[in-house]
Amino acid sequence: MNKIKTIFKYELFTTIKRKSFILMTLAFPLLGFLIIGGFSLIQGTDGETPIEEIKVGYVDEPGGFDNHLTYGNVTLIPQEGQQAAFDNMTEGIISQYFVIPENYMTTGNVTRYTLTRELDVSSQVYYAIERFLVNNILEGKVDSSIVDRVASPLYLSSITLTPEGGESGQQGGFTSFIVPYIFSILLIMAIFTSSGFLLQGLGEEKENRVMEILLSSVSSTQLITGKVLGLGVAGLIQVVVWLISAKFIAEMASTSIGGLLSGLTIATDFLIIGVIYFILGYLLFAIIMAGAGSIGATARESQQFSTVFTLLAVVPFFFIAHIMEFPDSGLSQFFTIFPLTAPLTVIMRMGITDIPTWQLITSMALMILTIIGSIFLAGKIFRTFLLMYGKTPKLGEIIRMLRQA
Amino acid sequence: MMNNGQMSAIAVDVKNIYKTYGKKTVVSDVSFSVGKGEVFGLIGPNGAGKTTTIRMMMDIIKPDSGDVYVLGEKFREDTKNKIGYLPEERGLYKKQTVSETLKYMASLKGITVTDERIDEMLEHVGMLPHKNKKIEEMSRGMGQLIQFLVTVIHNPALVILDEPFAGLDPVNTELLKGLILELKEQGKSIIFSTHQMNQVEELCDRLFMINKGTEVLYGKLDDIKHQYRENSVFITYEGNIGSLKGVTESRQRDEYTEFFLDSNTTPQDILQQLIDRRVTVNRFEIGTPSLHEIFIRIAGVNGDGDE
Repeated sequence: MNKIKTIFKYELFTTIKRKSFILMTLAFPLLGFLIIGGFSLIQGTDGETPIEEIKVGYVDEPGGFDNHLTYGNVTLIPQEGQQAAFDNMTEGIISQYFVIPENYMTTGNVTRYTLTRELDVSSQVYYAIERFLVNNILEGKVDSSIVDRVASPLYLSSITLTPEGGESGQQGGFTSFIVPYIFSILLIMAIFTSSGFLLQGLGEEKENRVMEILLSSVSSTQLITGKVLGLGVAGLIQVVVWLISAKFIAEMASTSIGGLLSGLTIATDFLIIGVIYFILGYLLFAIIMAGAGSIGATARESQQFSTVFTLLAVVPFFFIAHIMEFPDSGLSQFFTIFPLTAPLTVIMRMGITDIPTWQLITSMALMILTIIGSIFLAGKIFRTFLLMYGKTPKLGEIIRMLRQA
Repeated sequence: MMNNGQMSAIAVDVKNIYKTYGKKTVVSDVSFSVGKGEVFGLIGPNGAGKTTTIRMMMDIIKPDSGDVYVLGEKFREDTKNKIGYLPEERGLYKKQTVSETLKYMASLKGITVTDERIDEMLEHVGMLPHKNKKIEEMSRGMGQLIQFLVTVIHNPALVILDEPFAGLDPVNTELLKGLILELKEQGKSIIFSTHQMNQVEELCDRLFMINKGTEVLYGKLDDIKHQYRENSVFITYEGNIGSLKGVTESRQRDEYTEFFLDSNTTPQDILQQLIDRRVTVNRFEIGTPSLHEIFIRIAGVNGDGDE
């Protein structure tokens, strides 16, 4: 036990003193604060600038489109004809113009001309033209309140309810997805930083030939346990730093940036699930990495060997569109339960849907079982491969040796 | 041989151990014991199974069958704390300083070393000025000396050295030899493995020779040499010796001539002939082969080399 503690302390302190670890841990909060700081700085100076006035010309061929010419900062200016409109546009009196043709009432066709290339017509201009047409067509025929409703028939707001009929705490939508999305990336980063250090450390110890000296003092189980725990705690420190700063950043973003991000909060149960899946995910991948690390002859070979598992873990990212759109589909559920993809998928799905409790429990239970199984298998691997130098064994040899071990 | 449970005069007792990797048997039915306070040689060519045997003694790998008793008991969790092991494949953390290395390695043996003890040990091998240098700044020889200090820093009762002289220059080899003899004087049991036979002859009391995983020789150095004695004499002389009666062959060695005798002739007969001929004899020695020659004889002629 004391030896595990000695190794644990050594691994923990050498890791948190690593430059790359400190950089990673501080980079995320710093980046967040920088973005928010930069945003409010820009807003602070930009807020006072006058809103640009947009002058849009139009050619009214059928006639009768004369009233309701101002919509916000968009002003519509009647033109004498297409040539006059073009001249005014080149002179800069108007920035663009559109033509209402003779057959407009039967076809609805309107053509817009502009000198600048653009992705799409700006929503302000589109809205102005649309309201201008509706207002003029219905002018005098119906009540002005009916005109309003015809132009904007609905302002939709959706509310997610709980089965008891109350309003759910998680209302879905963009803001509730952005948090899990960022978090799933951070979670994977945290898991692979720590387990990557483990892999690298083991590889280096094999390469430097420190391994046998260590094993003359401690057993391979003590060595691996101490390392997994030491690096795990280092990873946990990183995650906790990120979570705490994320809570602050979310609150700051919600008040200072506003708009899309105004509803940005991080729920406590989300944090708890996040930490649980970090611990489970880390343990699983750390043990897998340790196994891979003991098989490879050098740190680099071990890293290549473990790439297979790293790829499996990030598979949910390839299906992110599917998971976002169909969070309760069979595939999404499979990824939730399959141990290697579970951490990432659970975090992503949590933002969009309520994952049924049975799925969470099955997913965690399966992960724990896989961890126990991996420990057993890894024990065999360490005994067989930790002291093998020279060349990395082939897959067939590995399987044969494991069967004998 | 004494029983194992009781406090015995035996430091290590290896009984009928086997180890197989795949289809290859690396160690087969190896048994030997090492007495307390003895310098024991484990010798054999590269790939003979020396390191595998040592790893099984260290409980780093488990024998497929057979038993190992260390310091009178089966391997326990704290047994490793009583052994100092210098592996053949050895290295240290490159980024650590010399004193950090010594401290951490000692703590893995369950002891806390003081700065005074570290200074004292470094002083002893003349490396005190390098105390705060990083391992990666050390030369190969210096690194090996640090590794030796790591091996003995916790004052172990049993010291196992696997090819300790490999890669050392003559100066450091002599220094290390002196350190090993010091350990012997302190009453420690020392096992050292090597393929360099001359080191064994200088340092060992008894030895175990292994080839292709099995025992080929085991016993006291003197007994083995006696057993493998040829009927020959080593003579250094001046002048012309002529032909001697009863000599079948003579071979010129570096410092002497070896005369092989037929079965009816004793060394005394040869000495008598030399006196009769008034040859000036500077050296006359009963021919005992060097361990190296015995080794070549056994390892060189596989299978039927054993008498």
